[in-house]
Amino acid sequence: MNWFTRVRNSITSLSKRSTEKDLWVKCPSCQQMVFAQEYEDNSYVCPRCGHHGRIGADERLRQLLDEGFDVLPIPDVKEDPLKFRDTSKYTDRLKKARAKSPHKDAFLVGSGAIEGKPAVVGVQDFGFMGGSMGMAVGTAFCQGAERALTRHCPYIVVTAAGGARMQEGILSLMQMPKATVMTRRLKEAKLPYIVVLTDPTTGGVTASYAMLGDVHIAEPGALIGFAGQRVIQDTIREQLPDGFQRAEYLHKHGMVDMVVHRHDLKDTLATLLDYLAPAKAA
Amino acid sequence: MISYLEFEKPVAELEQRIAELRSAAEGDDVDISNELQRLELKSANLLASTYQSLTPWQKTQVARHPSRPHFRDYVEQIFEEFVPLGGDRTYGDDEAILGGFAKLDGRKVVLIGHEKGNDTASRIRHNFGMGKPEGYRKAIRLMELAGRFGLPVVTLVDTSGAFPGVEAEERGQAEAIARSTEACLALPVPMVAAIVGEGGSGGAVALASAERVLMMEHAVYSVISPEGCASILWRTAEKAPDAAEAMKVTAQDLAELGVIDRIVPEPVGGAHRDPRAASASLGNAIGEELDQLAGYAPHELKRLREERFLALAG
Repeated sequence: MNWFTRVRNSITSLSKRSTEKDLWVKCPSCQQMVFAQEYEDNSYVCPRCGHHGRIGADERLRQLLDEGFDVLPIPDVKEDPLKFRDTSKYTDRLKKARAKSPHKDAFLVGSGAIEGKPAVVGVQDFGFMGGSMGMAVGTAFCQGAERALTRHCPYIVVTAAGGARMQEGILSLMQMPKATVMTRRLKEAKLPYIVVLTDPTTGGVTASYAMLGDVHIAEPGALIGFAGQRVIQDTIREQLPDGFQRAEYLHKHGMVDMVVHRHDLKDTLATLLDYLAPAKAA
Repeated sequence: MISYLEFEKPVAELEQRIAELRSAAEGDDVDISNELQRLELKSANLLASTYQSLTPWQKTQVARHPSRPHFRDYVEQIFEEFVPLGGDRTYGDDEAILGGFAKLDGRKVVLIGHEKGNDTASRIRHNFGMGKPEGYRKAIRLMELAGRFGLPVVTLVDTSGAFPGVEAEERGQAEAIARSTEACLALPVPMVAAIVGEGGSGGAVALASAERVLMMEHAVYSVISPEGCASILWRTAEKAPDAAEAMKVTAQDLAELGVIDRIVPEPVGGAHRDPRAASASLGNAIGEELDQLAGYAPHELKRLREERFLALAG
């Protein structure tokens, strides 16, 4: 299963052009040059073709939560539990990722409100080691759920990950049942759990908390699946169908409730919360 | 005829010599019993010492050994009765994941597990133990049944992973796995999972989210196959032995990490050398675990399971 290779090779986030003082970015989908400010003002959606670019966790929280939300500290977990080393040390890879990121791992929780309705939002950041799910991600996910339980309010999780973090071996796999313990607790507390699937959501993340929502929303064009496309192709030795594992394809096959443009995401969440949120939120 | 693994070559050579001596001596008056005895002892010692110090990659090969006992072998050896139940009531019946009612020394349980098959025809029929969504949904159905009728759940996990295919994706492979994991966690009855061969990623976890997880001595359990890990991180599948080492895939490593609760001893030379002894060992362990869990109330079992996974990793 080489989801990582696939994901790495298909990274389509807009690469900034170093010339002209980064005034322009090139859309990885339509290849057109877009004025950087325009792109940013458009929530990182290409104004020409509508391609939804990947965004970091802070930006996502800003887009979804009303002003004045709290950000939970990313939990401390045992670092490099396996003393993992491939061509380089896992601790070095972590250092590198942290140097490029404002956060120390790939899952950030914001606690606040969506159009006035109390909500906790967890965001997985593909920019940090491919959003991969290790102990920090799993624990942060659980803390977000914990916060929603305490506040007695909905939990919304925005997923983006190549899958489990191999450098944490089996302990990353164990995040699947661990996160599921918390989605079950939300269910038992009758609190809504809404998943927003963004590009890409694959592997063990899809096969656990990304597919256990009361409502599943996907961003247009997002790659969503369990197995990597190359693995599938190697297995079936046929061409994959058009649009395979894309948001619209999953919608057609009944795996997501709706495909929603980023501009409408916050409104859509607010509408859903209007139906699902508990009458009394703390 | 035993099929030998690469690292068993010295044992294979010795055993071949023993066989040759035996057949040469047949009908002959020469007394070779001393020599035979010496060689047999040597061979037994060599086998024992080889298996005592298997590397993670060697264990992976043992776990995948074509003659290793699988679900149906264990069913036959361990359980005095098995009533197979089929279908997910939505799409079809997946023969990669089998299940039904079973009796273990009089204990009534719902038994679920992956079946890999043991010859070409049965391997194809069971899709090499790679479950499809309908297989996991059958497992969910059976777990819910077990919960309602107060029957403990026993699972035998043995899969290289859930099936990667277009149809499996279209029918919601990820969702089926996630729901199956959820179904394990929701069980109001005891659940004992045993990794008997390969515990391959999400396809394994979906049937192994139990309060008691056992692992056969030479089984492996990992987030991705060593080949897969190697081709991503080392960019060549040839580094699979390194990946197996780095990922900590063996029962011994996982017991140390607290991911599994008990190692089930295998006969010398691995379960495939003596499936009967391996089955007895496994049946014994499962029985003991079931007896230990029998006294717990439904909410205590759920709590036990939840605490186990929350405490793990983090």
